[in-house]
Amino acid sequence: MKPSWRIQFALCALILAMPSAANAAKISELGDTNLVTQAIRFFTFQDPAVRYALLGSMLLGITCGLLGSFIVVRKMALVGDALSHAVLPGVAIGFLWNMSKDPVAIFVGATVAGLLGTVVVRLITQTTHLKEDTALGLVLASFFAVGICLLTMIQRMPTGNKSGIDKFLFGQAASIGPADLKLMAVVTLLSVVVIIVFYKEFLLTSFDSGFARAAGFPAQLIHYALMLLLAFAVVIALQAVGVVLVSAMLITPAAAAYLLTDRMSRMLWLAALFGMMAGALGAFCSFLGPNFPTGPFMVLSASAVFALAFLFAPRHGVANRWWRQRSRAQRVQRENTLKSIYHVLEARESKGEGVSLRELAERRRETVEEAARQAADLHRHELATLHEEGNLIFLTPAGWQLACAIVRNHRLWELYLTNAAQIAADHVHEDAEKIEHVLGDEVVRELERRLQYATIDPHGRPIPGFAEMQRGGNSPDQPGESIGYGKR
Amino acid sequence: MNTFIPPFDFHRVIVSPWTADLASYGWIMLMGFFVATACGLVGNYLMLRRMALVGDAISHSVLPGLVIAYLLAGTRHSTVMFLGALVAGVLTTVLIEVIHKKSRVKQDAAIGITFSSLFAIGVILVSQFASKIDLDQECVLYGEIGSIPLDMPYVQLGSLVLGPPTLVRMAVVALIVAALILIFYKELLVSSFDPGLAFALGINATFVHYSLMSMLSVVVVSAFESVGAILVIAMLILPGATASLLSRRLPVIFLFTVVHAALSSVMGVHFALWLDCSIAGAMVVMGTALFVLAWIFSPTQGLLRRWFSRTQVEPGETALQHGEQRAVS
Repeated sequence: MKPSWRIQFALCALILAMPSAANAAKISELGDTNLVTQAIRFFTFQDPAVRYALLGSMLLGITCGLLGSFIVVRKMALVGDALSHAVLPGVAIGFLWNMSKDPVAIFVGATVAGLLGTVVVRLITQTTHLKEDTALGLVLASFFAVGICLLTMIQRMPTGNKSGIDKFLFGQAASIGPADLKLMAVVTLLSVVVIIVFYKEFLLTSFDSGFARAAGFPAQLIHYALMLLLAFAVVIALQAVGVVLVSAMLITPAAAAYLLTDRMSRMLWLAALFGMMAGALGAFCSFLGPNFPTGPFMVLSASAVFALAFLFAPRHGVANRWWRQRSRAQRVQRENTLKSIYHVLEARESKGEGVSLRELAERRRETVEEAARQAADLHRHELATLHEEGNLIFLTPAGWQLACAIVRNHRLWELYLTNAAQIAADHVHEDAEKIEHVLGDEVVRELERRLQYATIDPHGRPIPGFAEMQRGGNSPDQPGESIGYGKR
Repeated sequence: MNTFIPPFDFHRVIVSPWTADLASYGWIMLMGFFVATACGLVGNYLMLRRMALVGDAISHSVLPGLVIAYLLAGTRHSTVMFLGALVAGVLTTVLIEVIHKKSRVKQDAAIGITFSSLFAIGVILVSQFASKIDLDQECVLYGEIGSIPLDMPYVQLGSLVLGPPTLVRMAVVALIVAALILIFYKELLVSSFDPGLAFALGINATFVHYSLMSMLSVVVVSAFESVGAILVIAMLILPGATASLLSRRLPVIFLFTVVHAALSSVMGVHFALWLDCSIAGAMVVMGTALFVLAWIFSPTQGLLRRWFSRTQVEPGETALQHGEQRAVS
């Protein structure tokens, strides 16, 4: 897994670096340097202002990734969205407290507003028939509207240092100061410690709330503890990401991690890593241009990571799954062709010769071209050899063995269904068509044992046995070599 | 604090919008009414289908559609804007569907990822081309309903002045939405409440779904300029949610939706005049106030009624119920 992260990281950096390279304005007053120099300068912490921004962005990425993992597995992703919009009036009131961008006042105000939002969502869903999505949307929009009213009122006020309050909407990593950074570090530490100490409780209530309640865990309390931590995470992320897009930092890195692993502990690590990467990349991109908001860039970095995970995750990735399905379909196709060849040979009286494409096509009710394509596929997998310009198919020993095995599986299963499950003999073919490709060796042994090593299937045809499989292919070098179906 | 909350000037706040300043505030109130009506009518169906947050997603992701359509076509003609929004809206639903169906990510997370990515693209484009498209980040967030009356020249029909072009467009959209809902009332109703029956009646659920999403995109984009991306959600949900607390019959809900739209837009203008804040924000705050009133006083499921019916129960009975509950749990 390790190398794939690195590739993802490199790709992600490349994707994000390309568009911004075109109009790359400069970090601070450094002259016309190229992108690489800027990146080195940025990531080696040379500039104090840059240092705050980068550290802050990484910290918020870690916190959001960690806490986001829990809301993603609890299917509460949009609670994060509602909560992040609901903090806006709190930010405004925190600002009004002493008319400055005091991090602590804003922190307290925003946390209270966010928690109030989640409580109102619960109240609405509990006391009315409105569904949760409606309640979330209601709280999100109405709290946000109150916040907008307050913000516009603040902006027309004559007094007070109101610079930077508008940065809360879309985020500007450059506005992170030492006091903000301290707060971020405290919150990150707090979240990490709480998650480590109460890992079991969080895990249990997230995946099996019924059992958690039965075992006496205070599920309600844990829910609100998580909400409180989420509110903290949202609030520290506000300044860099902005109210509107904070929820993405909660959801996207965690969802990407969710695609890559099935273990919660590993998911937490990955989500924290992705969050950190997205934070750092977003901060970097926003430093490249004069008017680049940080939040959208962070969100796009996180989305790029998610897109890569979505496509290329080893087990749950779309590309891999498509590949697996395709190769399975091809295998089934090959096995069906082999089976048809077996049937053709079986229907003949003399055995040793090859099967012509025409015979195969007639048997499979397909065009000759299609049959030729399948024959070529068999040849590629060394299951058959082609002669007379590809018109005559001879099975190799391996091909013969596989063909026998498939036919055996098919007929054994038909016999089993008629004998053991009492299904009429003319109803068993469809089912056997499917199962013949997936029966494992042990199941076949067990079937044979239960059917007392029967040799005839319900339609009166022989079931190929072990000896028959070992006879080798119908190689053209040994014409007339008996491949017997004599039991017919 | 005195500078923060201005003194309440009765004449300025209550009287003047209806007398001296009717020429400008009248248009704003009408605009608010049309926006909230169009959004609220569509929103009712979103809530019935538990897709309220898909509305949220579309209202965000319309932004890149708008900006890209503008950058490609080079005009702000409304057909171009509608097309851009339509493509963006349908793309959003498709993306959500793809992420949700093709991976183990649940629908809620898929919604969150999709709209935030698209919105982020939109915001970056706006921040880069702000001077070209006269859309700024603030407008994206809370709209510019206050500048509606300045939108010249007014549309005229013969000698009759119909109003500012944006308003006329919004009115047309609202009328079309109302007409479509009237015409396809049965289809929408059946497919929202009982997909099985809809299938049996031969109603194409996918078609209804995507038509509704297209309608939503068009409504959202026409409301976008005046109320911004996020307050649109309030317009979508608030009227319908309030109405559905007051009645459970769909025609009555529609009636209340329209009433809510009118009241919140008129009260919002007064409120914004008093506090001197964003008009769109104030409309939503008033809409929320109406929702809270309905929540408290609703005759069927209001908080007051719940509280009242709880206190009416005999003390002994409650104790028994509590005992039972405890025994059950």
